[in-house]
Amino acid sequence: MDRLALDVAHLLAGGLVLVSFMLLYQDRMTGLVNNFALHALVVSLSVAWQAHIQHAPHLYITAAIALIVKAIVIPLALHRIIVQLGIHRTIETVVGIGQTMLAGIGLVALSIMVMLPITAKAGTLTQQDLAFALSVLLLGLLMMISRRNAVSQVIGFMSIENGLILAATGAKGMPLVVEISVAFSILIALIVIGVFLFRIRERFDTVDIHALHQYRGEQL
Amino acid sequence: MALAGLLWCIGALLAISVAAIPAARHRWGTPAVYGSALCASTIGLGLALASLLGGGALLGALTLPVGLPWLGAHFRLDALAAFFLVVVNLGAAGASLYGLGYGSHEEAPGRVLPFFPAFLAGMNLVVLADDAFTFLFTWELMSLTSWALVMAHHRRPGNAAAGYLYLIMASFGTLALLLAFGLLAGPAGGYAFAAIRAAPPAPGVAAAVLVLALIGAGSKAGLVPLHVWLPLAHPAAPSHVSALMSGVMTKVAVYGAVRIVFDLLGVPTWWAGALVALLGGVTAVMGVLHALMEHDLKRLLAYHTVENIGIIFIGLGLALAFGANGMRAAAALALTAALLHVFNHSVFKSLLFFGSGAVLTATGERDMERLGGLIHRMPLTAFVFLVGSAAISALPPFNGFVSEWLTFQAILVSPALPQWLLKFLVPAIGALLALSAALAAACFVKAFGVTFLGRPRSDAARQAVETDRWSLATMLILAALCLVAGILPGYFIDALAPVVRALAGAQLPRQGELDWLTIVPVAQSRSSYNGLLLFLIIAFAAGLGAEAIHRWASGVSRRSAPWDCGFPDASPATQYTAGSFSQPIRRVFGSVVFRAREEVNMPPPGDLRAAQMHVRMRDVLWDAFYAPVAGLVSYVADRLNKVQFLSIRAYLTLVFGALVTLLTVLAVWR
Repeated sequence: MDRLALDVAHLLAGGLVLVSFMLLYQDRMTGLVNNFALHALVVSLSVAWQAHIQHAPHLYITAAIALIVKAIVIPLALHRIIVQLGIHRTIETVVGIGQTMLAGIGLVALSIMVMLPITAKAGTLTQQDLAFALSVLLLGLLMMISRRNAVSQVIGFMSIENGLILAATGAKGMPLVVEISVAFSILIALIVIGVFLFRIRERFDTVDIHALHQYRGEQL
Repeated sequence: MALAGLLWCIGALLAISVAAIPAARHRWGTPAVYGSALCASTIGLGLALASLLGGGALLGALTLPVGLPWLGAHFRLDALAAFFLVVVNLGAAGASLYGLGYGSHEEAPGRVLPFFPAFLAGMNLVVLADDAFTFLFTWELMSLTSWALVMAHHRRPGNAAAGYLYLIMASFGTLALLLAFGLLAGPAGGYAFAAIRAAPPAPGVAAAVLVLALIGAGSKAGLVPLHVWLPLAHPAAPSHVSALMSGVMTKVAVYGAVRIVFDLLGVPTWWAGALVALLGGVTAVMGVLHALMEHDLKRLLAYHTVENIGIIFIGLGLALAFGANGMRAAAALALTAALLHVFNHSVFKSLLFFGSGAVLTATGERDMERLGGLIHRMPLTAFVFLVGSAAISALPPFNGFVSEWLTFQAILVSPALPQWLLKFLVPAIGALLALSAALAAACFVKAFGVTFLGRPRSDAARQAVETDRWSLATMLILAALCLVAGILPGYFIDALAPVVRALAGAQLPRQGELDWLTIVPVAQSRSSYNGLLLFLIIAFAAGLGAEAIHRWASGVSRRSAPWDCGFPDASPATQYTAGSFSQPIRRVFGSVVFRAREEVNMPPPGDLRAAQMHVRMRDVLWDAFYAPVAGLVSYVADRLNKVQFLSIRAYLTLVFGALVTLLTVLAVWR
């Protein structure tokens, strides 16, 4: 049982890293949002599995929030936004996909090299979970800086948050209230960013943040 | 216990400070705040005096459960702290009493009243602190409240820049002190002073701590070349605060230096003494030369603070040098001289700043070239200012003479030192001290003569009226103290004995029991001074001279010459001015020290324009130490300016890069 629990937890955490790579690779808007829904689904499964093996029923609530909000509500909202903005075409990347993937692999290696020695005293489960969580986090950051489109930056931001949830549930004893407040702050961030996206589009007829540059007043 | 009483006084001051925020809006707020601050600091003064003179019965230590959780706030009242508390609370009581009258002219009391009691509390707390954290915290409290007071009139030209420079220098000094305490505490982090005393640092560390402490305390006290902020910031504050900053806060800085160097560092080394004394000598001369070139009354006084700090540090340096060579009696002499000068300077510098404040309220002028003749309009202020000037110029029978004389006695013992460098250096420092004393006298002839004598140079000076009773009472008390300390120095030296014994391991022979109130610091055969006798002789001779002149000279009828006694033109502009008085000295020293250049623009023959004379002076120290740093900072800031205008993605990339770099370092390091 113990062995199986560990293996499944690894499978799910590793799966999350894999989906993060898929996010990096995906260059169509609709696909990206679907991928993000998958990302959230894997996180909620992983959290639920942690709840099961840690016998921590409050984690089921976290899993449910992740499932409902991030795997269903937010992707649906993003789909609506994309359709309304009319940008369900390809998205540009700054660096080529290949280089981005290579950088991502480097980041995963880095986070494993950092995390494994530091957490040597913790249990195997926590140790590997933290390494995977840091990878997801760095990949999300990489996505945020390698994309131009505001919508994909939002998705990168939320994938970072998924990495944080993974780290938080891997460590035992995280209070429920922290997770709930994090989840709600993400939801609110989405609403705010969504409103902003529309405002930006109304003003400048695009959501490509490069276009905003020339409007900055204080530029020398 | 006295310590608990003092802490209650400090608590009362902090409470007054909070209560002053709403009270400042009302008319009764100003007298209420200064009156209650006066009560608290008078009680503090009484407690500190009792603990200093009580022979150790009232001294003690206390730990309060505030501050760092594992450390607490340690407070300790020993003889050194008691002496400096006397200085602090005497100045504080004086400034509060003076503020009762002077504060009514304040146009924005809300900017002064809340910070004034907090400033007093801060200075008291620094002296009482007995662990590094409490010391630094209260030191910063003192700095920040005094900065707020400097910025009280921030709209006047120059004040904002002065406050900015003060803030930078104060932060820099605190940084140096922070590093010094960090080195003293060692890797184990024993921040309580008791733990530091128990484990004296290794010689190399001790040298670094000494330099850092000199930078930290010296930047607050005004040691050259860290003095640049002082003549700008001290005069910018309201006059009673200027008196506190110059007379008292610099002494708290001296306390910091004494506490670290004499108490915490353990056995001194002789080169430390040489360094401190040399810095002191240079500071004294540079301070007084700057003062001579200055025609703004308050800035002149602030430069004299720099000079007197130099004299104090000469005494401290000599005490270190003697102490390192085991010459305890000589170390006690030098330390007594330094500490007595601390007390004396706090008295007469407060008095002089109060006098300049009285002139400022009466005329609205600080520029001496627009004053003059005030002795007729403000006779009492002129009298007390004269007393203060004589005291700061080290003229007997006032107190300034005693402490400078003691410093010279310590210098005269120096040939007994074994190191050849010291044998040659100390007499040279003595020459610097003598030069600065002479120049100080010249400077105060200028300050008093141009401000109070002659004829008024402006309408404001012509219409001046004597200042209020509170201010006069304060100044008269301080002037009396200058005289008493000058004619009865033996009792003051005896009061310092427990402090000196604790720090130097020896004390001067008891002076109070000698016949005729003489003081004999070393031996009867070498030198002795009797202030009372000298006072009587001066008073007798002066009285006799005045009587003789009035009896025989004034009665004789005189015919005036056609040249009207040298005043053919009635314009006050024909009088001797501050600039003309200091011109010879500027020609002697200024061409080197200030790179002074004079330029005369003569109109061609036939042209009726007036000839013009320009003097250009540069601050060599500013050019050497501060201008390059300022240039470097603005260069780097210009280069970094671009970073302010990046896109969000570029910022994210920067964050990402920093994160990855740190993680890589972490991964490689392990």
